[in-house]
Amino acid sequence: MVKVKIDGFEIEVEPGSTILQAARKIGGDIVPPAMCYYSSLKGSGGKCRTCLVKVAKSSEKDPRPMPKLVASCSTPVQDGMEVENITNPGVLEARKAVVEFLLINHPLDCPVCDQAGECKLQDLAFEHGSSLTRYEEERRTFDKIDIGPYIQLHMNRCILCYRCVYTADQLTDGRVHGVLNRGDAAEIGTYIENSIENDMSGNMIDVCPVGALTDKTFRFKSRVWFLNPMDAHRDCDCCSGKATVWMFGNEIYRVTARKDEYGEVAEFICNTCRFEKKDTADWVIEGPRHIERTSVISQNHYEKTAGDVPGTMQDN
Amino acid sequence: MATRKILLANDHIPGIQTYEVYRRQGGYRSVEKALKNMSPDDVVEEVKRSGLRGRGGAGFPTGMKWSFLAKPEGVPRYLLCNADESEPGTFKDRYLMERIPHLLVEGMICASYALGCRASYIYIRGEYKWIVKILERAIEEAYANGWLGENILGSGYSLDLYVAPGAGAYICGEETALIESLEGKRGNPRIKPPFPALKGLWDCPTVVNNVESICAVAPVINDGAEAYAAVGVGKSTGTKLISACGNINNPGVYEIELGLPVEEFIYSDEYCGGIKNGKQLKAVVPGGSSVPILPAQLILKTANGENRLLTYESLADGGFQSGSMLGSGGFIVYDEDQCIVRNTWNFSRFYHHESCGQCSPCREGTGWMEKVLHRLEHGHGRMQDVDLLVDIASKIEGNTICPLGDAAAWPVASAIRHFRDEFEWHVREPQLSQQRNYGLAGQTLATV
Ligand SMILES: Cc1cc2nc3c(=O)[nH]c(=O)nc-3n(C[C@H](O)[C@H](O)[C@H](O)COP(=O)(O)O)c2cc1C
Ligand code: SF4
Ligand code: FES
Repeated sequence: MVKVKIDGFEIEVEPGSTILQAARKIGGDIVPPAMCYYSSLKGSGGKCRTCLVKVAKSSEKDPRPMPKLVASCSTPVQDGMEVENITNPGVLEARKAVVEFLLINHPLDCPVCDQAGECKLQDLAFEHGSSLTRYEEERRTFDKIDIGPYIQLHMNRCILCYRCVYTADQLTDGRVHGVLNRGDAAEIGTYIENSIENDMSGNMIDVCPVGALTDKTFRFKSRVWFLNPMDAHRDCDCCSGKATVWMFGNEIYRVTARKDEYGEVAEFICNTCRFEKKDTADWVIEGPRHIERTSVISQNHYEKTAGDVPGTMQDN
Repeated sequence: MATRKILLANDHIPGIQTYEVYRRQGGYRSVEKALKNMSPDDVVEEVKRSGLRGRGGAGFPTGMKWSFLAKPEGVPRYLLCNADESEPGTFKDRYLMERIPHLLVEGMICASYALGCRASYIYIRGEYKWIVKILERAIEEAYANGWLGENILGSGYSLDLYVAPGAGAYICGEETALIESLEGKRGNPRIKPPFPALKGLWDCPTVVNNVESICAVAPVINDGAEAYAAVGVGKSTGTKLISACGNINNPGVYEIELGLPVEEFIYSDEYCGGIKNGKQLKAVVPGGSSVPILPAQLILKTANGENRLLTYESLADGGFQSGSMLGSGGFIVYDEDQCIVRNTWNFSRFYHHESCGQCSPCREGTGWMEKVLHRLEHGHGRMQDVDLLVDIASKIEGNTICPLGDAAAWPVASAIRHFRDEFEWHVREPQLSQQRNYGLAGQTLATV
């Protein structure tokens, strides 16, 4: 085990862990935000730069600070390392800059975006952004692309985290998904708009931190904060069948995988469970799913109601 | 003083591209010497002692880089020659490969032997199509004469050498993007660590070196480290190729001894031959588009009043406040009529176009800077745009995956640091700035 200190909190972690993993083990507000890293996707991370931190002491052996800020999601810890996240003004400034960069070309279409309320970029902007924009140029735009019967790709909203690319690569056979072009003209494409047809493709929706990939069977049905997330399971021969069903009254509006407090899916689910099973009779409902509502939308509303009664509107 | 030529000693001999002539001029002697009389570690030591530093831009000591290469049992190691040369202003590797392709092949054999590689690659930019043919021919001749392939010179050492053309992306010159591209993937730089010395091509230990660095290995082995280190000044040993362009009388590729005063390089007839049309010098970008631009007074003399020399140290003297970098040796000269705003916009257009788009500060920041500079250059700028540019540049710098972000930020930051007046003049005089250039200090009236 190696010892690391993050913002003054000490923790012991396995050698080879990243700073972000160590921070998550400590938990709380010293955990850097992560827009591209996804623990179950190999190769993810390092790209968005929201998780930048300062290494004030590299290790016990080499106590020098690292010259630049480093991506906490892809920098391994060393014994005796000391990291500054929210205690370092330079880190907070860089994070604010990254948020600004992510937003300059992002459409301001939250009011019509299905992701609103569970959008990581919305949360990030709320926490680290400024209320005014300095960007007065034209935003870059792309045409909407339909990728198959279930998924809508809205490239304007994409932050190029590459998570969906890794999902398509690692979860599904026969890669038909990748990044075309480069720089700010880069776009997620299924090569020559090949539609993605395989049993696990829907998971791309869950890994997308923004509203670039959305569920066509749920589009514009309801705001997510009007729905009650319930853990449910069913017998499925394709996946674990463990999901979260999002209900309004007795109706299932959508099905997603179960996500942890960092928005990461532990067990991916198949398209049948996600898109085809919208009948309450299809599922054994286990009970309310606790969802960490850090979102901007929950800042003023949805106080936890006494008793957590399932079926009522609540922060669950 | 005539320069001692080390790399370009024979480049003007007719037929030097062919094996026969090259060999007659003493070519491939270093391979004989290395394979017959030296162990691989001896070669590494020799290169270390020569003080040779990477000629691709960063100036990292080549022998030291080689000694960092991991050598796990049973895992192949690779040497990759970086011939992606796409930095605006830089065209020296092209000259070497076109003129004396066998020098690169010779250097590759020595370097591969030193590192224990069984297969090595020359990754060349896609636009250098004709050079691919030149190199392939040279390699073919080398095979035919027993310098490549199985059991070279009966030494038991075997090496295969390949040329791999890229598809026209500047970013593939970044060493890990080069590796990705060579593996047949999209040329995105990798997230480091791990570094190529540990995990490079096909996850095996890998060294990436610039064409010129590898070419220099042959004379270092031939004449010995001491002879090479005797040329140059301090930690800048040997010679460097400088590709000079812009408003000068004699644009071209020059081999200089490190330590040559910049003033002599610009004004001597042996080199640039002075500013074209008798005009005055306004600014120089001394090391390729990525390094900071310097105004005339700071390129000729450091802030302390010392002569500026063509060395890694002297060009960097003064840091980002008043210095620049030797970089890749792409020496771009601007006369009094050139518009710095337009030039900065042009550079930033390049970086915007070449950003791979992986990381947010570079992907978004390069486009933003380009758009603001476009506005300024075309008479639609506002005063606060100048500070906005400085701010964007400072927020890209140091926060990206690879140094392309820095390379995009430095030209903008340095142009505004040294030529702020000219940026502000574009804002104050939106009409006039469309009709004429600012000149040296706003006084010349050359029409655009
Ligand atoms: C965006 C970018 C482009 C680069 N292009 C080149 C290039 O065209 N040729 C080159 O030799 N090095 C290039 N480099 C530097 C290489 O990454 C690497 O440092 C170099 O090839 C090492 O060789 P050296 O040690 O012999 O200089 C580039 C670096 C960056 C970040
Ligand atoms: S700095 Fe630019 S070129 Fe380098 S990895 Fe990031 S986006 Fe790609
Ligand atoms: S989460 Fe670390 S860079 Fe994106």
